Amino acid sequence: MNAVTDPSGDAGPPGERLIAAEGLEVAFGGRRVLEHVDITVSAGEIVTVIGPNGSGKSTLVRTLLGLQPLSAGHVWRKPGLTIGYVPQKLQVDAIMPLTVTRFLTLTGRHDRATVERALAETGVGHLADAQFHVLSGGEHQRVLLARALLRSPDLLVLDEPVQGVDFTGEAALYELIGVIARRHRCGILMVSHDLHVVMAATDRVVCLNHHICCAGTPEAVTHHPEYRRLFGARAAGALALYSHHHDHHHHTVSGAVVTPETNRPEPPHA
Amino acid sequence: MPEDFLVRAALAGIGVALAAAPLGCFIVWRRMAYFGDTMAHSALLGVALGFLLGLAPTVGVILVTTGIAILLILLQQQRRLATDTLLGILSHSALSTGLVALSLMAWLRIDLMGYLFGDILAVTALDLYLVYGGGALVLATMAAIWRPLLAATVHEDLARAEGVPTLIVRLVFMLLVALVIAIAMKIVGILLITALLIIPAAAARRFARTPEQMAVMAALIGAVAVLLGLGGSFGFDTPSGPSVVVAAMLLFVLSLVPIGRRIDG
Ligand SMILES: Nc1ncnc2c1ncn2[C@@H]1O[C@H](COP(=O)(O)OP(=O)(O)OP(=O)(O)O)[C@@H](O)[C@H]1O
Ligand SMILES: [Mg+2]
Repeated sequence: MNAVTDPSGDAGPPGERLIAAEGLEVAFGGRRVLEHVDITVSAGEIVTVIGPNGSGKSTLVRTLLGLQPLSAGHVWRKPGLTIGYVPQKLQVDAIMPLTVTRFLTLTGRHDRATVERALAETGVGHLADAQFHVLSGGEHQRVLLARALLRSPDLLVLDEPVQGVDFTGEAALYELIGVIARRHRCGILMVSHDLHVVMAATDRVVCLNHHICCAGTPEAVTHHPEYRRLFGARAAGALALYSHHHDHHHHTVSGAVVTPETNRPEPPHA
Repeated sequence: MPEDFLVRAALAGIGVALAAAPLGCFIVWRRMAYFGDTMAHSALLGVALGFLLGLAPTVGVILVTTGIAILLILLQQQRRLATDTLLGILSHSALSTGLVALSLMAWLRIDLMGYLFGDILAVTALDLYLVYGGGALVLATMAAIWRPLLAATVHEDLARAEGVPTLIVRLVFMLLVALVIAIAMKIVGILLITALLIIPAAAARRFARTPEQMAVMAALIGAVAVLLGLGGSFGFDTPSGPSVVVAAMLLFVLSLVPIGRRIDG
């Protein structure tokens, strides 16, 4: 086994283990979607799962949460673990009258002030009384994140949490996620496609394609041949930005009017 | 005295409308309209089973509609047939099997039209007890599972991840639908029960900002539809079940008319 596939990783002092899985295998009607997956998330660390569409990222997350039966392996959760979950898809039809505040208090009772504080933290404090089904894509994700935070989770599980969020908001939300992880010392397990951000704001990266191709620090993973095979030119770009980010210590490269496409760094010509 | 049976009819109709309203809302929110219809269509088979086993028709109806619901959920696990195909098959097979079974039991002299379209004007005092007893049970149980059921309706996975026992809550809900079908059968008939569940809920959407408001509005609209429908049925000598549904439909159309500012944001 390669050193970087060690699931315990080597990024910083690991906190208490929150969730761990060993030898996970999940099959849908005989088709194996996950096999031999080992993964651990500890308090205070951010673990990001990357991988192509259909590689089993959401399935892995759902299995860890106990929502998806596994065909082999086992999942261990710290007893009494509180999880804040942001699913990849959550759509509420217009036929359901539901305010944002009500959505936040569906399973837990929280007073108005607490709800507003959670919403303000993700930048949507003004939407407390809006109907949930009219939210824009980005507002929707921010509300979902606020809802997950409201539970004071030990572990945040975020499946593509910033889909549809504008570029400046995206960086800000990832930063917020990092701040939360540090402030509450909660662990974060995140699925993401934004390689450049992943590399900048993650302690450990797990590169998944039905099995774990490689895992470890962002730096180690970007040098791994499996990773380069999966992500090609963009992978090198992400690494470039990763180094850039660490040189200059801010998130966006240029001014205010950048879009994700124009801002994505060119692959190095060398 | 003609007033007597009319009063009984109105009371029974209102009782059913009140019990059906919150269930109707969930059926609409969960996109289960056709599912409910399939359960209702299987009620006739339940009536036949009741007669065969010497049980009260109500008990037979609850057994068979619940059985069909569970069968549907099991069949949905396989992915070869789409859900609407399955529902179409089950719905019409159950209805036809019920009709065939009842006509094979030639010794029975039952009022088939009454079962199919309701016979609200023949409501007895015993029926009234059944409607209000059953209705109270339905509403009390709904109140008890309201929050978890709502959470599971918004997002099943999220609710489960947060510890909501979604499977149990869903099963209880299905049992309640079976119970409402059993008590509403005599009032609107098995072919029209879904209408009484869905139309008031759909008409109420416009006036609600919370799920609870929608349920209360649906109950009001349902009750008004019952009264209007019965009045019409008595006045114009039309069948009572369809008259109630026509009244509900008119209220729904009214709810679509724009008046001043919209409430649903
Ligand atoms: N409930 C299910 N039944 C059958 N197949 C499923 C189910 N859930 C997922 N799959 C299959 O498992 C595979 C992995 O799906 P999954 O949603 O985990 O991918 P993903 O990595 O999250 O993809 P994406 O990046 O598009 O979100 C897909 O091929 C999908 O069709
Ligand atoms: Mg996914």
